[in-house]
Amino acid sequence: MVAGRSGNTQLVAALDRKASALGLYVGQPLANARAMVPALRVVAEDAPADAKLLARIADWCDRYTPFVALDPPRGLLLDVSGVGHLFDGEQALLDRIRAELRRQGFAVRGAMASTALAARALARHRDGCVVAPGDESKAVAPLPIEALDLDEPATHAFRRAGLKTIGQAAGRKRAELTARFGSRLVYMIDTALARANAPISPRRPLPDYRAERNFAEPVATEDIIRQTLLALAGALSELLEKRGEGARRLEAVFFRADGIVRRIAVEAGAPLREPNAMVRLFHEKLAALADPLDPGFGFDLIRLCADRIGRAEAEAQQLDSDAGRERELRLLVDRLAARFGRDRILAFHPCDTNIPEHAFALLPAQHAGPAERPWKKLRGAKEAPRRPLRLFARPERLGLLRAVDGRYHMRWRNTQRLLTRIEGPERIAMEWWRSAEPTRDYYRVEDENGRRFWLCRDAQSGQWSVQGGFA
Amino acid sequence: MTANIALKHLETVLNPRRRAEETPVPLGHAGADAVLGGGLKRAALHEVFAPAGHESAATGFAACLAARLAANRSMLWIRQDYCALEFGELAATGLLELGLAPARVLVMRAAQAEDGLRAALEALRCRALGAVVIELCGNPKDLDLTASRRLTLAAEENGVAALMLRFTARIEPGSAQTRWRVRAAPSPDEEENWGQPRIEAELLRNRQGGTGCWVMEWSCDDGIFRDPATDRGAVVSAAGDRPAPAALAKERRTAAA
Repeated sequence: MVAGRSGNTQLVAALDRKASALGLYVGQPLANARAMVPALRVVAEDAPADAKLLARIADWCDRYTPFVALDPPRGLLLDVSGVGHLFDGEQALLDRIRAELRRQGFAVRGAMASTALAARALARHRDGCVVAPGDESKAVAPLPIEALDLDEPATHAFRRAGLKTIGQAAGRKRAELTARFGSRLVYMIDTALARANAPISPRRPLPDYRAERNFAEPVATEDIIRQTLLALAGALSELLEKRGEGARRLEAVFFRADGIVRRIAVEAGAPLREPNAMVRLFHEKLAALADPLDPGFGFDLIRLCADRIGRAEAEAQQLDSDAGRERELRLLVDRLAARFGRDRILAFHPCDTNIPEHAFALLPAQHAGPAERPWKKLRGAKEAPRRPLRLFARPERLGLLRAVDGRYHMRWRNTQRLLTRIEGPERIAMEWWRSAEPTRDYYRVEDENGRRFWLCRDAQSGQWSVQGGFA
Repeated sequence: MTANIALKHLETVLNPRRRAEETPVPLGHAGADAVLGGGLKRAALHEVFAPAGHESAATGFAACLAARLAANRSMLWIRQDYCALEFGELAATGLLELGLAPARVLVMRAAQAEDGLRAALEALRCRALGAVVIELCGNPKDLDLTASRRLTLAAEENGVAALMLRFTARIEPGSAQTRWRVRAAPSPDEEENWGQPRIEAELLRNRQGGTGCWVMEWSCDDGIFRDPATDRGAVVSAAGDRPAPAALAKERRTAAA
């Protein structure tokens, strides 16, 4: 028996078969139950663990349909429209799901109907039934009013009024019901009787394209997994080609025989259609995983979905041309991003600001796209660079000393250097609409060894800092 | 073995791209080019070491070499996170001021040297790239003779230049074609203006010939190194930014005629 806390009292949250045979019921105060059966074994409720388990079962159910929704605390809703024929009919599908879950050690009740609410009501009271479209009102009407899962006062009110089944309740005038219980209840009854339909929302967005392969015997070897991915990628690319599209994000889903599901996603900088390139991305990703893909007793279903797509024109294979090179470069970026993470492979992007340190940004190369504005050089012809090649992310403080002979020394990182050339200042006012920082003066300096630095002086505090180094 | 070499030679003669890869890329500094036998080999590994405190100068030298070797193609700059923290991040504005195109530079941030080397191998196999620069700090244990040999082979096979930029590193045996030690050089006293970037490049190892030490100046406008002692910007030297196969195309045309 499982006990949970509700407010200040401990209530019975769930029971096994033996306990319910003893006359205990869900919602009973724990003290009462203990008084009735002193030898009761009580386990504390662990709601997060339950939710996690439910999510895992939902993951497992993904193999039957991509449209799985959670119905907490202990229900799942599967939209199996158009799926039944893949499993020899809807009754066979339902029986199979129930049998498989039972085999995994769960107590299961399930039913199939045209609306989610009807199916839920039927699952509670007529386990294993499949209701053909149109027969819902006949099947649901005789069910007790509790099957609607209303709140406690509403159920109680129906009982007091002598309306014990859904059918009886539905027989009353709608205006009366609305006046007493509100329009939501009427809508619920309508949905349960399939007179209206309430949509359910899936846990995951439905992929645009998918291809999958079932295995009679679970597979575990890397070779077969790779070949399967290649075959699936081939199937996917045919589908994509028909509609002139390419995949920007691909997800491979591995269903393990013991119910664990592993999802691995890769991204492409431009819509991708070549099966080999897709598989190569997955290969990179799999090789770089911190926790490698563990086949356990093997995978019995492997699925490949494209859940973000883009238009892709058919392009001729050109070697050594600019377009061909660009394409190859994009694929390289995708591979590196798959292996090392997309925030590790970057491209420069010009920014529209006069603050020298912010004149460019490093953006993920996969998503950067072409620059909106051209790069603008600051130096004139025959002039030396006016911006440093290496820039410190955090400017470092330095001390500037003036010796007796009038020459400047700079003290930075525990060394003192004699400055032979100082050029500046280049005065830059901060953008008042962004920050209230004071105006800054930038200087180029060269030390006795020819090393050139870019210094900055805060006009307000007079603090000097090293911004970067010139080549 | 002989047949293999003959085949390789034949491929070099017949394939215009191969031929372009085999032509050395002149640096523009007459003394250095003479010692290098006309210039740097494109399809090879070159190492640039920076003595402590001269990291920016060495970075500039490596960037300019990479730009010359890449010849209008993109380059990938792989750098260890630690290098950026300690010596500063590569700046697009700085590249631009040196006369290089930031749009053709991709940057990869590698957490460790191992990641960087692996990414470099992968990138060297991509013929669309012109050069790969690997910026490493110290002497990582993953960079042994085998790793350097692997980089060399990948560079040779695909015609992509590999440049290794080493900070605070001890020189160890490796399979590099050339090895340089680069420090900043002081501007001449007589010059009033703030001059072009000037470095002192010491060629420590050259598989094809002698070694030497030169002061070079990078001409930001022409994209080429100069010898400040001889050509003080007097004449315009060979354009640096010209695509390599131009001469070959002309040759092919005459052959067709």
